[in-house]
Amino acid sequence: MSDSVIKLENIYYSYGEKTVLRNVNLDIKRGMFMGMVGPNGGGKTTLIKIILGLLRPDHGSIYLLDEPIEAFKDWNRIGFVSQKANTFNKGFPATVFEVVAMGLTAKVGYFKFMRKNHKEKVLQAIDQVGMGEYAYQNIGNLSGGQQQRVFIARALVSEPKLLILDEPTVGIDYRNVERFYELLHELNVKQNITMLLVTHDTGAMTKYATNIVCLNQTLHFHGKSEEYSALSAEYLSEIYGHPVQVIVHDHD
Amino acid sequence: MLSDIIQFDFLRHTFLTGLLIGIIAPLLGSFLVVRRLSLLADALSHVTLAGIAFGLFIEKQLTLPLGPLYSGMGFSVIGAILIEKLRSVYKAYQEIGIPIILSGGVGLSVIFISLANGFNTDLFNYLFGSVSAVSRNDFFTILGIFIFIILMIVIFYKELLTLSFDEEHATVSGIHSKRIHFLFIVLTALVIAASIRIVGVLLVSALMTLPVASAMRIAVSFKQLILFAIIFAETAVIIGLITGYYLSIPPGGTIVMVAIIILLITLVFKRLSFHKGVVEK
Repeated sequence: MSDSVIKLENIYYSYGEKTVLRNVNLDIKRGMFMGMVGPNGGGKTTLIKIILGLLRPDHGSIYLLDEPIEAFKDWNRIGFVSQKANTFNKGFPATVFEVVAMGLTAKVGYFKFMRKNHKEKVLQAIDQVGMGEYAYQNIGNLSGGQQQRVFIARALVSEPKLLILDEPTVGIDYRNVERFYELLHELNVKQNITMLLVTHDTGAMTKYATNIVCLNQTLHFHGKSEEYSALSAEYLSEIYGHPVQVIVHDHD
Repeated sequence: MLSDIIQFDFLRHTFLTGLLIGIIAPLLGSFLVVRRLSLLADALSHVTLAGIAFGLFIEKQLTLPLGPLYSGMGFSVIGAILIEKLRSVYKAYQEIGIPIILSGGVGLSVIFISLANGFNTDLFNYLFGSVSAVSRNDFFTILGIFIFIILMIVIFYKELLTLSFDEEHATVSGIHSKRIHFLFIVLTALVIAASIRIVGVLLVSALMTLPVASAMRIAVSFKQLILFAIIFAETAVIIGLITGYYLSIPPGGTIVMVAIIILLITLVFKRLSFHKGVVEK
């Protein structure tokens, strides 16, 4: 068994006439914190949807935890936190506990009920993201940053090997963004959860990610975070198709 | 009324049926409202009317005792399936199936009603509900529906809740969203068909949504939402049936008015408690 968590080979995808992805090859190894950047419309969300099995590529193969996606059944090994977490129905009458417990629904399985040890896992996951005191509060009353932590807990509760996050910090105020990345970093280092983080925030990316890819239809850059920091602004502007200012945050 | 309930079978059946639908209507309604599908209930109730009119027509023409309750149920379930089909055809306009099926239901109803030679008291009862319409057979059919629905909701509660909260997450985590959703709308169709005897076609959606709208004001969790909604619905059904009986008004009207009064009270209550909260801070 190799230590590959996500492996993409030769992925092509188009919406009608418009090619969104071409010849994308990517290998994410266990324990990596992979940051994905790229311009809007560059295909980031499409690629995430393909990895999650929500879209089928026109061409190419996908392996999740060494299994071809067609045969992959272990979906609760993959946690997903979407942009949508910011636009969910805030009037939904559910507590933090109820929302996080949803992360176990598929794992517990049909015709089975939540048991005591499941409930303990839910509370553990809530504690893990530092939301313990809010467990029985309505999720709609929390701040954006807190809500996003709850969604992380929902993804964590099924004990995933991999977390995929699509622009998770959109709509979170900047002071909490830092804490949010710290949490991801901690999960990555301490629990060895592989991360795939899509973001516009190239600053945070260079600080927390171990590896970075830049996607605009195809992968333009693929390497270590330090190498990305060393890229010239001209090179990035070329990838993005417009001028880019690089803000580098040093590693601690 | 209490002594009358003990004395008259038909009243007892109505009352018991009322208590049953006072549980299943807001139960399904809770999921409907949070999924922003409240209008689905309206569409399905009108299709059910078409089914009932069809049943009455067949009964009259062919003297076949098809039973309007069953034909109503059949139409309701078919209507639910068609709305789903339309949802997948018009992916960008998912609500468009609702007016299509609603108007289709009304159109068919008009045709069957006039074929059956117009309005009769029976049909009036179906439109607005009746305290005397529930037969022993109806009661047992509705009891069967009740048990089936409670079982299904208990078994699939976590899947239904997960799907209602975040369809994408449910799908990604490996839940068969489409099948669970399909089960959900079939259950909704059954609840509507079961409720029509008491509250009538035009007001059945009110019993599914008004108590939930009231409960929404005060519930913190989804379980609370269901619990409060059921308490409010039962209150409306009991008071509505009793006043309807004494004032000789179809219970659909009285039940819905009680439900609206409860809603108004929760609106005021929330405002008062909000002001209190501000003062305390």
